[in-house]
Amino acid sequence: MSETEFLLWVRGPALQGATIIFVLGMAVRILEILVLGRKRDLAEARGSAVAGGLRTIFTRSVPDKGTFKRSTYTLVAGYIFHIGLFITILLFAPHILLIDEVLGVSWPALPTTVVDATTVVTILALLAVLVHRLKDPVQRFLSHFQDYLVWLVTILPLITGYIAFHRVGLPAPTLIAIHILSVELLMVAFPFTKLAHAFTLFIARYYNGAISGYRGVNS
Amino acid sequence: MSKDRTLGETLRQQGISRRGFLKFCAATASMMALPPSMVPAIAAALEKARRPSVIWLSFQECTGCTESLTRSHSPTVEGLIFDAISLDYHHTLQAASGAAAEAAREAAMEENHGKYILVVDGSIPTANPGYSTIAGISNKDMLLDTAQGAAAIVSVGSCAAFGGIPHANPNPTGAVAVSDLVKDKPIINVPGCPPMPVVITGVLAHLLTFGTIPDLDALGRPKAFYGKSIHDRCYRRPFYDKGLFAETFDDEGAKKGWCLYKLGCKGPTTYNACATTKWNEGTSFPIEAGHPCLGCSEPDFWDGGGFYKAISTPTGDVGRAAVYAVGAGAAAGIALGAMNRAKHSRAEKAHEKVTIDDLDKEK
Repeated sequence: MSETEFLLWVRGPALQGATIIFVLGMAVRILEILVLGRKRDLAEARGSAVAGGLRTIFTRSVPDKGTFKRSTYTLVAGYIFHIGLFITILLFAPHILLIDEVLGVSWPALPTTVVDATTVVTILALLAVLVHRLKDPVQRFLSHFQDYLVWLVTILPLITGYIAFHRVGLPAPTLIAIHILSVELLMVAFPFTKLAHAFTLFIARYYNGAISGYRGVNS
Repeated sequence: MSKDRTLGETLRQQGISRRGFLKFCAATASMMALPPSMVPAIAAALEKARRPSVIWLSFQECTGCTESLTRSHSPTVEGLIFDAISLDYHHTLQAASGAAAEAAREAAMEENHGKYILVVDGSIPTANPGYSTIAGISNKDMLLDTAQGAAAIVSVGSCAAFGGIPHANPNPTGAVAVSDLVKDKPIINVPGCPPMPVVITGVLAHLLTFGTIPDLDALGRPKAFYGKSIHDRCYRRPFYDKGLFAETFDDEGAKKGWCLYKLGCKGPTTYNACATTKWNEGTSFPIEAGHPCLGCSEPDFWDGGGFYKAISTPTGDVGRAAVYAVGAGAAAGIALGAMNRAKHSRAEKAHEKVTIDDLDKEK
């Protein structure tokens, strides 16, 4: 297989396959949760479940003081790499083009130098959380194979993307193909691992908030 | 023109000054990324070089490569260097035809066995030898026969280097590149559709000066010319970095000369010297003329997913696949959810309440 054929394969059939697994898998997971439903609360409502649910989706993104003090390292590094992922995935011009092509929506991009710098920071933050996971006895005890796998498939697109952008070592078509392939790996792993939290967290937060909202208390 | 005359003598006879000759040597040295101290060595070697015999074979090609090399630069020093080699066989350029032409090729092969340079443009059909023949000889036979006594082979153009247009899907003639058939000779690929004239003269100058083939990349291309991507050397690169793109061929961005990435520019995945050396004696190159790079010096560029499609976009119909996947996933999710509920209610029904009597029995 020539390098052009390899690039064509990852942009064509491989991307299609990965998209099908990703979308189908996530649809199954989300629908399965939604169909499960909630037990009817027979108590009289003291507040709005919907308002409480929606509010909690946002409020849970802000750590409370106690948690922040206890796990400053995890939270700061976690925030950095999540924001970094948001910027590198959604605000890089070639990525926006891809989204525009598939979904028909687009938005302005950040300068590539900003995305480039963000990539480095994001990679460092991900390395920091891995070091912490390995050094902290409690975290290490709680970590299983999947946690390391999820970390790997998350950092790989960042590293391969950085190398492809700077064209180091291999010809550019191969580097871009490897980068796209690493993203496809992430997409395939997504529905089967805790990466699915990117979608399910909204359901979980809504349900938590809705329970409290119905009872008229803050969650 | 006598074959025994050196290159220096030939050039002087054609009125090329010493200054002009050294200028060419300096340009060649800088093109090949050699230090300036190498210029006298290049000059001395070229001066003394005997005009090497060159046999040029044209197979499944469009003559664009020959047009590029012979027409566009005349009458520059490069053009004369080209004249100064002994081009013993070339369909388009030689006066002889038919049996006389073939006799010239055979004579050159015999006279310079093991020393001549073989230049090939065009791909070689393998599906049926009858698809392309010269004087009744199939392209494949002629290539293998002529390659035997060659010192080195220069595959000029993307067809000879990688198969090119004839090799494009569905490749009806079973076209292959020179390197697919000849394995035991040094092959220098000079791809491009057509390749830059200065690249072929640079490669020939290198062969004459050092008697070796230049440093090649993984695809057999001289690193001096194909070492950097178009993107890395593009004068529109600052616009890419700032995120300023032309959306169409006539919008404000296009008029301001912004990056052509969104219009399908293959600069990021293409290695060639266009952005630095440029065409038509350094006048311009496609991107400067407002058109995205097609990636013509890369293998399979015809099947590269569309000339006007950005590299980062999918080549398959991902949107439709996603829609079907959502449908199938939703159906499967609902079915699984229903099964879970059914299981739950079955368990609830099968649940037997423990009575006081049951507990008494335990005693």
